[in-house]
Amino acid sequence: MGSQTLYDKIWDAHLVRQRDDGTALIYIDRHLIHEVTSPQAFEGLRIAGRKPWRVDANFATPDHNIPTTKEERDQGLDGIKDPVSKIQVATLDDNCEEFGIFELKMNDPRQGIVHVVGPELGATLPGMTIVCGDSHTSTHGALGALAHGIGTSEVEHVLATQCLLQKKAGNMLVQVNGQLNPGVTAKDIVLAIIGKIGTAGGTGYTIEFGGEAIRALSVEGRMTVCNMAIEAGARAGLIAVDEATLEYIKGRPFAPSGELWDKAANAWKELVSDDDATFDLVVELEAGEIEPQVTWGTSPEMVVPISGSVPNPADESDEAKRASMQLALDYMGLKGGTPIQEIALDCVFIGSCTNSRIEDLRSAAEVVKGKQVADNVELALVVPGSGLVKRQAEAEGLDKIFIAAGLQWREPGCSMCLAMNADQLGEGKHCASTSNRNFEGRQGFGGRTHLVSPAMAAAAAIHGHFVDIRKIS
Amino acid sequence: MNKFIIEKGLVMPLDRANVDTDFIIPKQFLKSIKRTGFGVNLFDEHRYLDKGKPDSDNSKRPLNTDFVLNQPRYKDSRVLLARENFGCGSSREHAPWALEDYGFKAILAPSYADIFYNNCFKNGLLPIVLDKSVIAGLFVEVEENEGYQLEVDLSEQVIKKPNGETIAFEVDGFRKHCLLNGLDDIALTLESSEDIGHFEASWRIKAPWYFPAST
Ligand code: SF4
Repeated sequence: MGSQTLYDKIWDAHLVRQRDDGTALIYIDRHLIHEVTSPQAFEGLRIAGRKPWRVDANFATPDHNIPTTKEERDQGLDGIKDPVSKIQVATLDDNCEEFGIFELKMNDPRQGIVHVVGPELGATLPGMTIVCGDSHTSTHGALGALAHGIGTSEVEHVLATQCLLQKKAGNMLVQVNGQLNPGVTAKDIVLAIIGKIGTAGGTGYTIEFGGEAIRALSVEGRMTVCNMAIEAGARAGLIAVDEATLEYIKGRPFAPSGELWDKAANAWKELVSDDDATFDLVVELEAGEIEPQVTWGTSPEMVVPISGSVPNPADESDEAKRASMQLALDYMGLKGGTPIQEIALDCVFIGSCTNSRIEDLRSAAEVVKGKQVADNVELALVVPGSGLVKRQAEAEGLDKIFIAAGLQWREPGCSMCLAMNADQLGEGKHCASTSNRNFEGRQGFGGRTHLVSPAMAAAAAIHGHFVDIRKIS
Repeated sequence: MNKFIIEKGLVMPLDRANVDTDFIIPKQFLKSIKRTGFGVNLFDEHRYLDKGKPDSDNSKRPLNTDFVLNQPRYKDSRVLLARENFGCGSSREHAPWALEDYGFKAILAPSYADIFYNNCFKNGLLPIVLDKSVIAGLFVEVEENEGYQLEVDLSEQVIKKPNGETIAFEVDGFRKHCLLNGLDDIALTLESSEDIGHFEASWRIKAPWYFPAST
């Protein structure tokens, strides 16, 4: 057998057939479905007269288009004001019903962002192959599952065949040594990684994240890291299984129990890269050198530490890079040389599959407790990742802390992460966001996004501009 | 899926690195439950001056005449010349649907985002990887010569320039075969149904915890 990486192990275990040219047929254990990328796939099945290969491998929930105010949600589908969004959500309900697929409907108490819900319910298990018509499927790799996004044609392919046609990616290891300083989080680690290797740095690879600092993260923090593996260009992100993983999964509703749990847990302990496994590419970072990160531009790689300044295009020697920096600055309405802490904010968004789990909400609540959102911040949203996260937060009184501080407490969904629903960032407005993409128009037409950790977003809400969380806590 | 054998047409240069899927087709158009008709909203935020909606009458919207797609010399282009990491961002297949619906047949770039690259092949669109310096050279030639056309010959794996020069390119053998013949992946995979069934049966025994019905 020789020594293998974690990626090699999961890949080999799922190999149905290998063609001579390297294209492989890979068996898929779990297929997650949401309303945006699935309608055309179901339509394709119907047209071809095909049925899902294995209905119980599928798991659906709407998240992208749904409203997040209680008033709208209480009206059910009629609460979705945009008729096109409404049709899309209704179509998911109809398709799941027609094909017998398990769905957490919009107002199910367990509904939420698909990447938050999967792990939370135990529908994501170590060693699984998991796909979804959504690039942030990489999130699930935090539990030692091989998980990645696929396009709609592939959604249809997986529905019909339970398999995916793919060539194996390369093995890359990102090793984060040492310990993080207080105030520095999983989000800062992953932004620092992207800042270092660039948004195409992981292209063609599955990245395994390892090292002391990764091992020390909670499973939720690991999800934040794997979530943004896609922003580093990787096909998937992976983290080896350890005690923390098993502890996280045990007892979750979709996870095995009793004797089957024991057997599964035993097998999952093997889900680590062998000591002498070789990687095609290794990148190392020192955790102690990572500061809280803030993006200044329109790509996640355009990121600097909180103590830094917006870079100056004139200092960039590569002509193409200089041009794209200038485009980004023009869009963001920023000048090179501006200290990050002087960027004034109009909006704060705490949510998304990157940072909307209970731990994220706790860390944001701690920062805003007993304080008030700054006057220049017009809109500050807290959008829990799922109904269960929301209930947990309410049981801990976090909702009251946010509301007292002047933030809005919403119903679960993708919300302003991509603004397909009514939660949109206004033109020209600057937003401190815990989401994962700062592309032009991502959070709303003309909106200007700065990616940060939940604690940094919360602190920015209170001060009205970015501040160094290490100095105020 | 349409077959791709030889395509010849005008080349449109899009001189930006990291063109993301929101740039290619903004999210409001992802609400459609159809798979056609996205071409008029390709590059929407740059092509029009206002904010597009799924039900807008696009013929009445103000055009951004500075944007390359709106320049008469690039009208009805078939080949898109792009920079690094083209198609990064989301998994939305609406991006290749929009490019294909607009009329693009092939894309030339130094690198692509993984999911986007995959999605292109499923839709009869050929993404070609060329060396950075070759791409840079093409940008200059396209810029300098109005009406610049390229012929992309998939079966021979060459691009023919107007002056007769050729550029060879690599493409995965299986994908090439599918594109040349317009083959549907699902039908091909279902030919291996028996293998999938066998695999599944033994996997069910080896890892029963992934099969809720068997618990
Ligand atoms: S929260 Fe954002 S990134 Fe995550 S699935 Fe929703 S839209 Fe995509």
